Amino acid sequence: MSNTRQAEAVSPWRAPVLFLILAALFLAEGSFRNALFSGSWNTALAILNMGLISAVMALGVNMQWGYAGLFNAGVVGFLALGGLAPVLVSTAPVQGAWAAGGPRLILALLVGLGTLVLAAQVWRRISGAWRVPALVAVLVAGFVAYRWLFDPAVMAIEANNSARAGNIGGLGWPVLLSWPVGALFAAAAAWGVGKVALGLRSDYLAIATLGIGEIIVAVMRNEEWLSRGVKNVSGIPRPVPYELDLQGNADFVARAAEWGMSPAVASGVWVKLLYAGLFGAVLLALILLAELALKSPWGRMMRAIRDNETAAEAMGKDVTRRHLQIFVIGSAVIGLAGAMMVTLDGLLSPNSFNPLRYTFLIWVMVIVGGSGNNWGAALGAILVWFLWIKAEVWGPELMRLVTGPLPAGALRDHLLGSAPHMRFIALGLVLLLVLRFAPRGLVPEK
Amino acid sequence: MAEPYLSATDMRGGYGKADILNGCTLTVERGQIAVIVGPNGAGKSTAMKAVFGMLALREGKVALAGEDITRLTPQERVRKGMGFVPQTHNIFPTMTVEENLEMGAFIREDDYRDTMAQVYELFPAVADKRRQNAGELSGGQRQQVAVGRALMTRPSLLMLDEPTAGVSPIVMDELFDRIIEVARTGISILMVEQNARQALEIADIGYVLVQGANRYTDSGQALLADPEVRRTFLGG
Amino acid sequence: MDMLNALVAILNFVVIPAASYGAQLALGALGVTLIYGILRFSNFAHGDTMAFGAALVILITWGLQAIGIGLGPLPTALLALPFGIALTAVFILGTDRVVYRFYRSKRSAPIILVMASVGVMFIMNGLTRLIIGVDEIRFDDGARFLVSVQQFRAWTGLSEGLSLRVSQALTLVVTALACWALFRFLNRSRAGKAMRAYSDNEDLALLSGIDPERVVRLTWLIATALAVTAGTLYGLDKSFKVFNYFQILLPIFAAAIVGGLGNPLGAVAGGFIVAFSEVAVTYPWRKIATYLGFEPQGLLQLLSTEYKFAVSFVILIVVLLFRPTGLFRGKSV
Ligand SMILES: Nc1ncnc2c1ncn2[C@@H]1O[C@H](COP(=O)(O)OP(=O)(O)OP(=O)(O)O)[C@@H](O)[C@H]1O
Ligand SMILES: [Mg+2]
Repeated sequence: MSNTRQAEAVSPWRAPVLFLILAALFLAEGSFRNALFSGSWNTALAILNMGLISAVMALGVNMQWGYAGLFNAGVVGFLALGGLAPVLVSTAPVQGAWAAGGPRLILALLVGLGTLVLAAQVWRRISGAWRVPALVAVLVAGFVAYRWLFDPAVMAIEANNSARAGNIGGLGWPVLLSWPVGALFAAAAAWGVGKVALGLRSDYLAIATLGIGEIIVAVMRNEEWLSRGVKNVSGIPRPVPYELDLQGNADFVARAAEWGMSPAVASGVWVKLLYAGLFGAVLLALILLAELALKSPWGRMMRAIRDNETAAEAMGKDVTRRHLQIFVIGSAVIGLAGAMMVTLDGLLSPNSFNPLRYTFLIWVMVIVGGSGNNWGAALGAILVWFLWIKAEVWGPELMRLVTGPLPAGALRDHLLGSAPHMRFIALGLVLLLVLRFAPRGLVPEK
Repeated sequence: MAEPYLSATDMRGGYGKADILNGCTLTVERGQIAVIVGPNGAGKSTAMKAVFGMLALREGKVALAGEDITRLTPQERVRKGMGFVPQTHNIFPTMTVEENLEMGAFIREDDYRDTMAQVYELFPAVADKRRQNAGELSGGQRQQVAVGRALMTRPSLLMLDEPTAGVSPIVMDELFDRIIEVARTGISILMVEQNARQALEIADIGYVLVQGANRYTDSGQALLADPEVRRTFLGG
Repeated sequence: MDMLNALVAILNFVVIPAASYGAQLALGALGVTLIYGILRFSNFAHGDTMAFGAALVILITWGLQAIGIGLGPLPTALLALPFGIALTAVFILGTDRVVYRFYRSKRSAPIILVMASVGVMFIMNGLTRLIIGVDEIRFDDGARFLVSVQQFRAWTGLSEGLSLRVSQALTLVVTALACWALFRFLNRSRAGKAMRAYSDNEDLALLSGIDPERVVRLTWLIATALAVTAGTLYGLDKSFKVFNYFQILLPIFAAAIVGGLGNPLGAVAGGFIVAFSEVAVTYPWRKIATYLGFEPQGLLQLLSTEYKFAVSFVILIVVLLFRPTGLFRGKSV
């Protein structure tokens, strides 16, 4: 990797100029209405908000890849896990759910966890011929006990008002509190995976994270007591006012009229601006922290390890331990982004967690932006997100232009209908081209 | 006087910025044994790699049978009649002994069964294990397979980088005997050895390499007799 | 009698499905392991290579059907398979030429190659969606059953039925043939031995005069042939859906790692280990327990089928914890 990172002077104006171009794109999206742009501030801000969240995800991935060269192929899983936090922390408690099976469920989960801990102890303490039989006995007994406790509890909880709830519900605490909790969830999962897969070949982490990502998403999709599965959890509380409340507020309506906006538009824009402020603050704080960390002795050591693992190891650095640290921290940031995303949507929809969209798209963001550089990753995220969304509009337009001369018929219809798939091809091409011709990205590492 | 069969003159070069070889010269006559000795890290393996074309030389020249081969790739040098046994990773561990020899003969288009029979004759210990994976052999047997693999192209110059590394004294003596046998068939041998004393015994010419340059060059016997060499490199 | 019924039920619901699924995984894992052994990276585009190839096979099958060519009781796809392989191979060799070769010549870290394979994965995924769409497609024409449940009951008089679908039998036969040919090639032919030599010790292979680019091309060719075959068989057996081929990547990697990355024999064993574990863990054993005289309360299903990928994952984790080089000693960690 080191040979792709030769320090080559890059103009200090590069990042600011690129951010200005990005800002211009958003201004154009908000103010011009034509084939390319929507001319709607609501749309522009919606893209920006998701772009900011993507930037947080990209920061997490950048810590893992840019600082340490770790390939996390399960971003979607850590994201989904973070997204679970707003549901569990801040949705209103479901009436009767706890009484139906709450304690039993907790006990079941504790038994499950205890089994694993006990199994690990057995493996460590016992040696000789009894080791394997003892391990198997512990696992089997633990599993039976777990299922015996778990199944009826889940059945009872899911039967409780299953049309509107059927899940365990939340604690009803403020939603902002759920963000760090989301980070914590993701960090815990990352610790488990990292403990196993780090220190082996670099591809193993990629494969193991690919697996944990799929499993977390499968759990969210199927465990209705937890996430309502395909029925989705909606009505997650917000940290900002509701549009309808604003529209009913005489002061606000008057203020909107001053700006020459209808109350409907103005309320949408205002809410999105508030979100943008919130997300922007989180993003800036994270970048600041990350930059400080990078300049500290710890950060210098991280980079030394990344650039020459063998040498660092020879100098007595515990490479695997450092990797575990950075992997957990990066995953926590991804989990935080997941909680932010679910808060923004007000909805947890387990079916929407698609690895192509939430793992590999994030990767493209980091690579395009400049792996190893936090500002670059953030820039890449917002830019790629903007293009990804607009490609939905531009793709078919382009197709229509290209297929214009074709006679109306099956082929033309097929091509027009398949325009959305072009996004994947374009994404792959961008990734390959950047990796090959500009491996340091738009804003290279200093 | 005729030019030596192999002559590598004034080689300079290394792996990165700093040179490892600082004007190292090695020559071998036809059918003779040349031995390189020297402390660890002196650049002995590096010199062998340079002769074999695995290292880009910054300066210097390598000629084989009077022909300049400095610019040739290792594969092309194999075709010119050079065979090389690296110091480490010199066999295909998950392939059988026989397959290792076959791979040695990969560039040969003609029938190589005779050569294989000769190799087995030379190393009867590995002949018994021809169906066994080379990675499962003992260290000494592995070295024999490695040498055998290099012999499969019927080289006129055989280069051995520490063929006796990790080998018991008895097997080592045997290996040296075999090497002498190979040399008697007219093959020139260029060899790096850690067991300097024994190696110099059988050497027609010896090189003492220090920091990538020739410190002493003489016949093996003369080096063994030189008190200075004895004191500093042969431990008394 | 009940004993026999239990046996038949096990055969019908566990052994036969797991065997054919295992064969499909084995073919996929063989490709992954060969690429790993020679090119030294985990190819994330392998699942989409399977999908891409299978999609081409489906298109060709439709073409053949349209002009009335078929194979009687066998699926027409079998006839289309060689053409699908050839076309996919052209594409894959193209990706090697324009994508991977550059990193190889620079001796980039393996993870960079993994990343590049993600790019290739995206492109192949998009192309597959483009040429065939995202819907579920069935393309198994010809006879459906070699042995149907009714036939079996009539023959044996047992109450429990057993069926063997043509696609399942075909999977097993084709896999057996492919493995036989592959191992013969690797162990007997000069080119196959050169591949193994290159995988064993790249530098020494170079010194022996083996042309690395030829070895690499050959590897892509074989891996592609295996992948397209696996993809087609999987599609015949379970129906074709693009996203499923992304998901099958995990069991395939698990199979390759369990067997020891870079070890072809291990990949085959790994495929069957993963498949049998997956089916055994997600199968409700209640029926069989009942035949054996127990009266279980629940379904006796260890894990619901939605979590079948968790089985691959657990196997993967266990292997990584206890034996990172795999059961059959693949490349070192
Ligand atoms: N592949 C390489 N890349 C960079 N430096 C190397 C490489 N191989 C060797 N060196 C350096 O070149 C120098 C000479 O190494 P070389 O292997 O030639 O020594 P040697 O005389 O063969 O020692 P030994 O007796 O231990 O085999 C050493 O300082 C070593 O660190
Ligand atoms: Mg050496």
